[in-house]
Amino acid sequence: TCEAEAARAAMGGSASLLPREALREYQELTFLSKQEILLAYKRFSALLPKEERVDVCSARVPESQILTLPELRANPFQHRICHVFSTSEDGDDSMSFEDFLDMLSVFSDSATSDIKSHYAFRIFDFDDDGTLDRKDLEKLVNCLTGQGEESQLSNAEMEQLIQNILEESDIDKDGTINLSEFQHVVSRSPDFARYRGVR
Amino acid sequence: ELWLPEDVPAAAPAGFLQQLPSYQSALRRRAGGSRERRAGAQGSAGLRAAEPRGPEQRGREPVAQPAREQPLSIAEKRRLRDCQQADTKYLSGWKQWKRTSSKSLKKVLSEAKELSSYLELWRRDIHSIEGKFGTGIQSYFSFLRFLVLLNFIIFILMFSFVTLPSIISKYGIFNSSVAKVPPKNTEPHCTVYKPSGNEGLVYFYTYLKDLLSGTGFLEVTSLFYGYYTIDAAWLSVLSYNLPLAYLLATFAYLALSLLWIIKRSVDGFKQNLVHGEDQFQSYCNKVFAGWDFCITDPNAAQLKHRSLLYELQTDLEEERLKRKIADRTMKEKLRIYSLRIFINIIVIAVLSGCFYSIYRATVYSQENSNVSIRHDIRTDTIGAVQYLPSIVITLANFIAPQIFSFLIRFEDYSPAFEIRLTLMRCVFVRLANIGVLLFSLWSHISGCDTDKCKACGYNYELYPCWESEVGQEMYKLMIFDFIIILAVTLFLDFPRKLLVTHCSCKPAQWCGLREFGISDNVLEIIYGQTICWIGTFFSPLLPAIATIKYFIIFYIKKISLMHTCKPAARPLRASSSNFFFLVVLLIGLVLAFIPLGISIAHISSSKACGPFRSFNTSWAVVPDTVRGFPAGLQQVLHGIASEAFAVPFFMV
Repeated sequence: TCEAEAARAAMGGSASLLPREALREYQELTFLSKQEILLAYKRFSALLPKEERVDVCSARVPESQILTLPELRANPFQHRICHVFSTSEDGDDSMSFEDFLDMLSVFSDSATSDIKSHYAFRIFDFDDDGTLDRKDLEKLVNCLTGQGEESQLSNAEMEQLIQNILEESDIDKDGTINLSEFQHVVSRSPDFARYRGVR
Repeated sequence: ELWLPEDVPAAAPAGFLQQLPSYQSALRRRAGGSRERRAGAQGSAGLRAAEPRGPEQRGREPVAQPAREQPLSIAEKRRLRDCQQADTKYLSGWKQWKRTSSKSLKKVLSEAKELSSYLELWRRDIHSIEGKFGTGIQSYFSFLRFLVLLNFIIFILMFSFVTLPSIISKYGIFNSSVAKVPPKNTEPHCTVYKPSGNEGLVYFYTYLKDLLSGTGFLEVTSLFYGYYTIDAAWLSVLSYNLPLAYLLATFAYLALSLLWIIKRSVDGFKQNLVHGEDQFQSYCNKVFAGWDFCITDPNAAQLKHRSLLYELQTDLEEERLKRKIADRTMKEKLRIYSLRIFINIIVIAVLSGCFYSIYRATVYSQENSNVSIRHDIRTDTIGAVQYLPSIVITLANFIAPQIFSFLIRFEDYSPAFEIRLTLMRCVFVRLANIGVLLFSLWSHISGCDTDKCKACGYNYELYPCWESEVGQEMYKLMIFDFIIILAVTLFLDFPRKLLVTHCSCKPAQWCGLREFGISDNVLEIIYGQTICWIGTFFSPLLPAIATIKYFIIFYIKKISLMHTCKPAARPLRASSSNFFFLVVLLIGLVLAFIPLGISIAHISSSKACGPFRSFNTSWAVVPDTVRGFPAGLQQVLHGIASEAFAVPFFMV
């Protein structure tokens, strides 16, 4: 595994490169190509302070550092993305290298639309309750239109919009969108196929 | 309602959705039916916990789904994969082999895809544009790249089948020779053609003038139709039927363009067919798939926020407007419809004005340039006269859209329909202008009143080699188009940017930077491409010029975009814009068929130059060749060409 190889490399005093075994494993477990994984490794190491760069695989990067990446810096869903992909038990949304790879994999071009829609659902589920209710949708729309008073829809417009969205996607008419309904509606969405081009 | 909201547990709708035929077919497409596990779980904790339950079912059916397609963290995927691998021991040898071979095949394919992605032209440039301006503008540049490749392939096609044999034979390489059969059954006066290649001392600027208008020294090169005055090229013992090759190469490049465009538009077509023009699910599309994750620049992100806000507000407003329209009274409807009819009449009047001015300009330019040639006066024909049709067309292409976008405000359509209708009108203006130019040229060429003229079938006095004339006209259009694009960028965009950045007075700030209008730019390059398609028959090396032109335009537009433009406030969506570009390109191609068809099959080919001298029309070479085939083959070909077969074939 990655940790064993990295430990051996650290003892041997060699520079921290991603070991070949780990590279092959990541190619198998994610949708990234070899070049992309190596690039991700380099970028992740750059986020770590110097002392921790030897053992990249087990290091965790705090959320504030991750948000300095150009792809996430301008993204309105940056906090949700970090939260969804983080496997940290402390709940501080820090990301390990494998979490980082997971994120890039889901956002890559070769990921299946199933995976993308699954994670999109989790990112949009602001209260983590497994369904998209009115509050989630409202927060979602506000993220899209931007922060600030003048860049938000009026209450009436928001109501009309949420009404329309629920009409289009809520099949069982329970006022919320669950995962299946979300995947169903998004699979017909022409723009979703070109979604997620973070590289 | 069938269900009362309180009674139904949340899991039931999931079961109902799985009965839908679309879902079932998606299931069948994926190997194995392991979807039910994920669909049933609720809650994010449940979603994560669902997977580890999977391994227990393993004994019964092998999971054909690779670990990476599961929505799990890498650690859990690793566990899943280890379970899967442990599981393969229980499979039969055949299934094991199948699984390992499919894995290695996938690996090989992914390596190949990686390698091929390096060969892609301008990959990094388009990527950076996408990051700063989003996928809408990026689709324009991808479209431009597609045209560069298309033109390059067309050039290779024409060059290898038409130009290369001619050059080889003319210079006697490879022991080759030329057969020039004198045209039979034609009057001798039809065959006189003396192109004025430059003889003697000429001023340097004559070369420049010739370069810009395709006359003089350019006329006798392989650039134009007149060079290919060969009937058969003999390479050692093989005879190469050049006229047939010329015609077939023309059909080949048209067919190639058609097939390639259709292939590219197939995906977009499917989407548009399903979604159509109604707003079905468009809100979900805009909200769930609205954010462009390729944007890395905070400024661009700000713009994207604003455009999303604008889009959502426009859509909501449009919905309110639709409801208002449905409530319109009879009197209001009458007023609106009569207003629309009136405005359409104005539009038609504007169009007729454009067409008439192009017609007059072409006639004037032809008369004046020919008069000087006929009397052999080497006057400095002012470039303006030669270029008059191009100038008029460019002016018309610029003014007419402005008029249309002004008029449409009075017609009271919904915003989306407004945009579409204006675009359609602009497309029509641009493409019809080319048609009018060609029509006026042809009426001039075939305009015959004397008997001598009728014997040749075309106006032999003014146009001894009329195909070269048409080729020159297309060449001039293309060069002029290129010069205009350069000039607009250099002399309008950059000074404007300097003005806006350095001068903080009110009028300058109000004027602002130019918006990068995607549709205007796309219409521009489609116009150029239609000219190329029409002109390649008359000027076989034109695709090479088009390739170079689009290559340079890519960099010009990129620099202009990065430094002097601001993105449009109302961008077209990427999914619909791709399809729209290709549809308009297809319209241009189909429009190019018409003049080519008329030239090839209807108008007599010139007897003084070109490969079709000994035939009545260019098309006549095909029946001629077929007559030389053995009888059995002739029967087959006649059968194919007969209506019973051809029409259903084309339908399919």
